[in-house]
Amino acid sequence: MSVLDSKVPKGPIKDKWTTYKDKIDLVNPANKRHIDVIVVGTGLAGGSAAATLAELGYNVKAFAYQDSPRRAHSIAAQGGINAAKNYMGDGDSTYRLFYDTVKGGDYRSREANVYRLAEVSANIIDQCVAQGVPFARDYGGLLDNRSFGGVLVSRTFYAKGQTGQQLLLGAYSAMNRQIARGKIEMYNRHEMLDVVKVDGKARGIIARNLITGEIERHSAHAVVVASGGYGNVYFLSTNAMGSNATAAWKIHKKGAFFANPCYTQIHPTCIPRSGDYQSKLTLMSESLRNDGRIWVPKNMDDVLAIREGKIKPIELKEEGRDYYLERRYPAFGNLVPRDVASRAAKERCDAGYGVNATGEAVYLDFASAIERYGKEQAKIQGISNPSKEKVTEMGEAVVEAKYGNLFQMYEKIVDENPYKTPMMIYPATHYTMGGVWVDYNLMTTVDGLYCIGEANFSDHGANRLGASALMQGLADGYFVLPYTIGDYLSDDIRTGPIATDTKEFDEAEKEVKDKIDFFMGNNGTKSVDHFHKRLGKVMWDKVGMARNEKELKEAMSEIKAIREEFWKEVKVPGSANEMNLELEKAGRVADFLELGELFAKDALIREESCGGHFREESVELEGQQKGEAKRNDSDFAFVSAWEYKGEPADAILHKEQLEFKDIELKQRSYK
Amino acid sequence: MKLTLKIWRQKGAQDKGKIVDYKVSDISEHMSFLEMMDVLNEQLVNSGEEPVAFDHDCREGICGMCSMHINGEAHGPDRGVTTCQLHMRMFKDGDTITIEPFRAKAFPVIKDLVVDRTSFERIQQAGGYISVNTSGNTQDANALPISKHAADEAMDAAACIGCGACVASCKNSSAMLFVGAKVSQYALLPQGQVEAADRVKNMVAQMDLEGFGNCTNTGACEVECPKGISLENIARMNRELVKASLIKF
Amino acid sequence: MSGFFNSSIGRKYAMALSAFFLMFFLLQHFAINIVSVFSPGTFNEVSHFMGTNPLIQYAVQPILIFAVIYHFVMGFVLEIKNKGSRNVKYAKNHGAANSTWMSRNMIYSGLAILAFIVLHFIDFWFPEINTKFIQGDWSGTLEGVEGYRYFEELQHKFVEPWRVGAYVIAFVLLALHLMHGFTSAFQSIGSTAGRKQTMQNIGKAYSILIPLGFVIIALFHHFNH
Repeated sequence: MSVLDSKVPKGPIKDKWTTYKDKIDLVNPANKRHIDVIVVGTGLAGGSAAATLAELGYNVKAFAYQDSPRRAHSIAAQGGINAAKNYMGDGDSTYRLFYDTVKGGDYRSREANVYRLAEVSANIIDQCVAQGVPFARDYGGLLDNRSFGGVLVSRTFYAKGQTGQQLLLGAYSAMNRQIARGKIEMYNRHEMLDVVKVDGKARGIIARNLITGEIERHSAHAVVVASGGYGNVYFLSTNAMGSNATAAWKIHKKGAFFANPCYTQIHPTCIPRSGDYQSKLTLMSESLRNDGRIWVPKNMDDVLAIREGKIKPIELKEEGRDYYLERRYPAFGNLVPRDVASRAAKERCDAGYGVNATGEAVYLDFASAIERYGKEQAKIQGISNPSKEKVTEMGEAVVEAKYGNLFQMYEKIVDENPYKTPMMIYPATHYTMGGVWVDYNLMTTVDGLYCIGEANFSDHGANRLGASALMQGLADGYFVLPYTIGDYLSDDIRTGPIATDTKEFDEAEKEVKDKIDFFMGNNGTKSVDHFHKRLGKVMWDKVGMARNEKELKEAMSEIKAIREEFWKEVKVPGSANEMNLELEKAGRVADFLELGELFAKDALIREESCGGHFREESVELEGQQKGEAKRNDSDFAFVSAWEYKGEPADAILHKEQLEFKDIELKQRSYK
Repeated sequence: MKLTLKIWRQKGAQDKGKIVDYKVSDISEHMSFLEMMDVLNEQLVNSGEEPVAFDHDCREGICGMCSMHINGEAHGPDRGVTTCQLHMRMFKDGDTITIEPFRAKAFPVIKDLVVDRTSFERIQQAGGYISVNTSGNTQDANALPISKHAADEAMDAAACIGCGACVASCKNSSAMLFVGAKVSQYALLPQGQVEAADRVKNMVAQMDLEGFGNCTNTGACEVECPKGISLENIARMNRELVKASLIKF
Repeated sequence: MSGFFNSSIGRKYAMALSAFFLMFFLLQHFAINIVSVFSPGTFNEVSHFMGTNPLIQYAVQPILIFAVIYHFVMGFVLEIKNKGSRNVKYAKNHGAANSTWMSRNMIYSGLAILAFIVLHFIDFWFPEINTKFIQGDWSGTLEGVEGYRYFEELQHKFVEPWRVGAYVIAFVLLALHLMHGFTSAFQSIGSTAGRKQTMQNIGKAYSILIPLGFVIIALFHHFNH
């Protein structure tokens, strides 16, 4: 257990970060010029980290697999970013954001990290506004807020339905400024394929130039991995097609522990799948649940009639509808946290009440919001006795102003008008709370190797609240890592440049090249996607929203079998010395095939239900909470951090015991 | 449905390239255009041929990675969408679809339908930012009220996804909608006004250097832009440049 | 400012400024010519004033010449540069889907207008320059013609049907050129006025009525000489 030292500073929680910052070692500005840092991934976390490290004076080399940092999948986040600003005066505070996040994460996150996150959240907003991020404002010219699932205050800042895009473009612009100054060397269309360790410290990476196929060596005094989550292990997810776990998995294989892989967030409001050809799933912002009401028909007859197209959902009377979230969770209603909402949808669909042909869809209805807003507008505009049509028209205008782009997106995909008929939604894999284990400094179990953003495991516990991913990515990149990395790098001011012509680099490069040669030479018969889809199916069916011991064991052996077949039968056309998208995919899927098994293994040993991880064996059997997930704090209040030992099944478990000094452990109730 | 695809194939930057015909069948109208391309590629891989290289990532119309000039239009015949959001219901059974890369001297082809758009990167690096220190504290976000109107307009300009459809659609391969949008976003916000003059001068100079053509106000960019970026942003950029050129430092 | 006029936007700006000048010129040219339909005498008076006023001849005329030459030369320069910005053409390009024919073919309508101007110069401007500046005859009269010569010369030119035909074709193309050019010029100088419905209507009216007026004048004189 000694290997896992979280390095949380002593003292009262609200002073920890400030006191710690005051005491850590710094690198003098003249010396920073002699220190190189590699940042892999340039989304919100990586981009903001690269910009800030360069701003501080370090020489940064940043890597992105797309043609620009602006394409990272952070860009797809729609709803918003949380910050404890209390601009609304509704009782928000650092403590409340901290509390909500720990509670929302089902008490499986590290208190000190979360408190720090809440503490720096306010500064993120200041920073982004200064960068020119066009957050939504009210008529007085001040910033507007909205509320999100799982909390009782309005603390979410937003830029239309494109908050992630605007924040990423902010970080990207900060990067551009540093690229222009020569402080960041940007490597677009490059993929990290391994980390290089020298004397136990991370000192560089091996990367492939995705245009020429060239294998390159890059050295640095520290390596920061910000490569995002591993949701694509399910094949179908809301992640981008290229989102992958390769960087995170490679560092895991080189000694970084991988924590809580089974904590995956299944987002409740996604567009249901329409066929086998489906390549990805599209998320509809959670903000829709502010105004949309979720329901399925009460009676099976109506379900069947709807599926057969005999009746339309709008024809179904109020008494024939089951607003199941409002029924089960009167306090939070449609705004329960994501894991709760997703499981509730699955529960209804498993019971046979799904409203589309596949039986995997529920309604998200805006009719009552349209009516409410329409009446409000009539009052504002002084129209007495408005007609029903007028109310609908004005109500739709308000809804359009709030969610217009989402409604348009829905209509383009599904070919139905969501203003006139309820949307159909179903849960889909969205975010992975698990990831590379890091200490309070965001350093992994390998010296000089850091992991930030979604790629690490740190702040969201077993479930992430809406609008917190953007907050964490930027907090890590702008305000946490740039401080903590200085403490480590202060020992490196006399090291000088790291040579790349050493045996460590030779070995790492050979390993990478051997694998590529294998793929190119393998005389297989099946495409990479074939294996990825099979893996995804096993993951979704057996390691999805509800898990049990039997299926998890099956999943482990099935994934292992697919992996073995993959290495025999995979076919990669083209050559290695050119742009080769199949080769890129092959490497990524090979890593998913290992990660998937560890994922199932982690889910297997966690014999409790918590957050996004739901074990069918662990539910409340009686009382008000009957049927709800049952957490087991006495046995499982720990982080499971896995050490790589070859086969995923052989991975060794290390436990970081979680201590809750400032928050009382309670059952999460949204009733 | 069954389709004939005429696709631009080009092995590398130096290769001459040509249009090659392919046939696909069993295409569902609910598929996205890229899912149709996935079907073709799966077919090619299975028959031992090299799949068609194309850029794509988020597949929800926000990353700006996908490109493709489909039947003579950037992102195809639908409006307000990127190629990944284009659905096959826009086509009919038996259709022939011509698929080419975005064409411009400043967007050289890397392979097949993949083009190099780093000229956009260099334009952004020339001034597409506000010089604020990201590592320090700044003033409170609400210290400077910004009219809702200006904030909304800035947001509309900032919605650009940098896909390059404007360049691809323009008969002159002009990048002015892209640059105009970025110049506008910052020009509309008080935070951006401090450096407005230098920004517009530097960004326009870089744009010219990259070899993009000159805008002749045909408005094709605005029509094809998946995010509906308005031509007014180009007018604003023109204004900003005049203003900047009149001011001597 | 010199840097400004060398930039892409600066050139576009200068194109628009010269266009505004030319459109103003066209308007006054039309105003004078239409007089010839109603009153040959007044037409002669105005023509003589324009032809002999030093301010017009020595200040406005050189500016006009400069504007015409600049507009054409820069038009070609930009066209060549723009064509070069796409070194590999599309196999299939559906321009009509996103822009008007007028906006895409300014170079062709412009070329037609250039050809017309050459003809127009041969017909009127060169003889005028010859009479006044080379032969030094500023009287505005001609032997055998009562009063000023201008109306007589005008009518004389529209006798031959081919020339009338050429004028009509040229004015149709001018109309097409203006249909895009009028509102486009506003956009180029950074004004969004050209996007407002009123200005678009004014632009349409201007682009159709002025060339149509010129056509009517030509036909009028053809059939009434």
